[in-house]
Amino acid sequence: MTVDSRGRLLLSALVALILTVIPLPPWLDVLRPAFLVLAVLYWSVNAPRAGGIAFGFFAGLMLDVFQGPVLGEHALALALVTYIAVREHQRIRSKPAIQQALFVLMALIVYEVVLFMIDGWTGHPVVSPLRWVHTLTGALIWPAAAAILAYGAGRRA
Amino acid sequence: VAAFGTGAGRPLAGRSGSPGFSFTLFALLSVVVMYLDQRGHYLEQVRYVLQATAYPVQLAVSSPAAAWRWLKESVQSREALQAENTRLRAQQRDLEVRSMRYEALARENGDLRGLRAALPPVADRWLPAEIVNIQLSSLRQRLLLDRGVVNGVFKGQAVLDDKGLIGQTTHVGPWSAEVILITDPEHAVPVRIERTGLRTIAVGSGDTTSLALPYLPANADIKTGDLLVTSGLGGVFPEGYPVARVTEVHRDAVQPLAQVRAAPLAHLDTDSEVMLVWFRADHPAAPAPPTAAGGDLKSGSAVMQPQAAPSKPRPPAQNAPAPQSTPAPKPTPQQQTTRAPRSVPVPLPGATADPAEAAKSTAPAAEPRQP
Repeated sequence: MTVDSRGRLLLSALVALILTVIPLPPWLDVLRPAFLVLAVLYWSVNAPRAGGIAFGFFAGLMLDVFQGPVLGEHALALALVTYIAVREHQRIRSKPAIQQALFVLMALIVYEVVLFMIDGWTGHPVVSPLRWVHTLTGALIWPAAAAILAYGAGRRA
Repeated sequence: VAAFGTGAGRPLAGRSGSPGFSFTLFALLSVVVMYLDQRGHYLEQVRYVLQATAYPVQLAVSSPAAAWRWLKESVQSREALQAENTRLRAQQRDLEVRSMRYEALARENGDLRGLRAALPPVADRWLPAEIVNIQLSSLRQRLLLDRGVVNGVFKGQAVLDDKGLIGQTTHVGPWSAEVILITDPEHAVPVRIERTGLRTIAVGSGDTTSLALPYLPANADIKTGDLLVTSGLGGVFPEGYPVARVTEVHRDAVQPLAQVRAAPLAHLDTDSEVMLVWFRADHPAAPAPPTAAGGDLKSGSAVMQPQAAPSKPRPPAQNAPAPQSTPAPKPTPQQQTTRAPRSVPVPLPGATADPAEAAKSTAPAAEPRQP
């Protein structure tokens, strides 16, 4: 079981990473949800041992390579978000999709706050309000994303 | 799905440690990584490896666009190709005629400036590079090129297209290099107004169509249409390369600084191919050697301190032609060769003619994509 779930986990992470770095026109880019964060959240809630904090950390490290000003920035933010999700996974998992989406919104805001603070500390302050837009779109597509990931996971189970 | 995580039960949870513990561990690890990456070059090797592993993903991401371009090119009709061919031929003739007198002018200019021999052009070598991935958000404006350390690319290398300056490399992997555009909000390039010789700094605005010039006093002599060229300060770009053209100048009576915007000359958003440039280190117009300037590039704003970066540890061997003047704090090319830096808008021989030469060498390769 672990091998299978690891494979699906890595595959979904890879797809999410590609969706995250694929070039988009600027107006769409602002709206683009943080797909990798959503994938990590999904696995942390639904398979906390296969995913977990280490998974979040390395996914964040990959994000840092692609778009971080400092290595470790996204890694820290994602590790924190994963930690919250893993701790609360039983409570979140039993909720309907709408309430899950609210949790995701909160998690994405926490994620962005961490990025915002680290950006400030490392001397790359970006105060544009546009950076917060993706938290909303991320929460909006959560039900769909979770359904897709559940379909992929459920077919095997 | 619900059974997926709960099936294993308690014992496995105990095995991998509590989430709190592993979170603390990874949080500490990422803080250490951030500190090392921010404070020094300790992680250059790690970045190098990570960038190498990330490259296949980036290639995969760019492949649909590349395939489309290839398809479009390969189904171009014969007439279209012939038309383009004639146009390119005419353009080449034009450029050849224009550069015909270049040698003579360069020598003449050298004589006039009292140099014993005319200097060779400052650009030593060109390497075309394909753009593999683009990030053009308002927060980050970066390109990824398909050339890396194996091609001799180094950190802090200037990147141009046939019209003007594009940016500089920030992270170099084995087969790829990341370029920060001049319009990235974290980038600043020291420029000179070509008409007046006034020096200032052009800062990226997070938008590919404009640069801001925030440090000009309200009474500065600048007007719409002025050409901005690199000033040669800052240690990355050599002197005299075209950067942008001023598009708007606002002078507000209550504000001490003028609000000036300029449009980059390079086609930052439509290019599919750019040029990496190597400069002659012994040329007076060349930027400071990368070892001297590289230290501050990591923060992305070495050019924000145009004084500090080139002036502190300059190896004297690298700029031999300048020793007779006293240790000048700002060794600009003009100050090394003439005593009137402001009033001589005519740059060094190599620098003026290079864009033409650049255009000549890029033209056959870059033109087919802009019919």
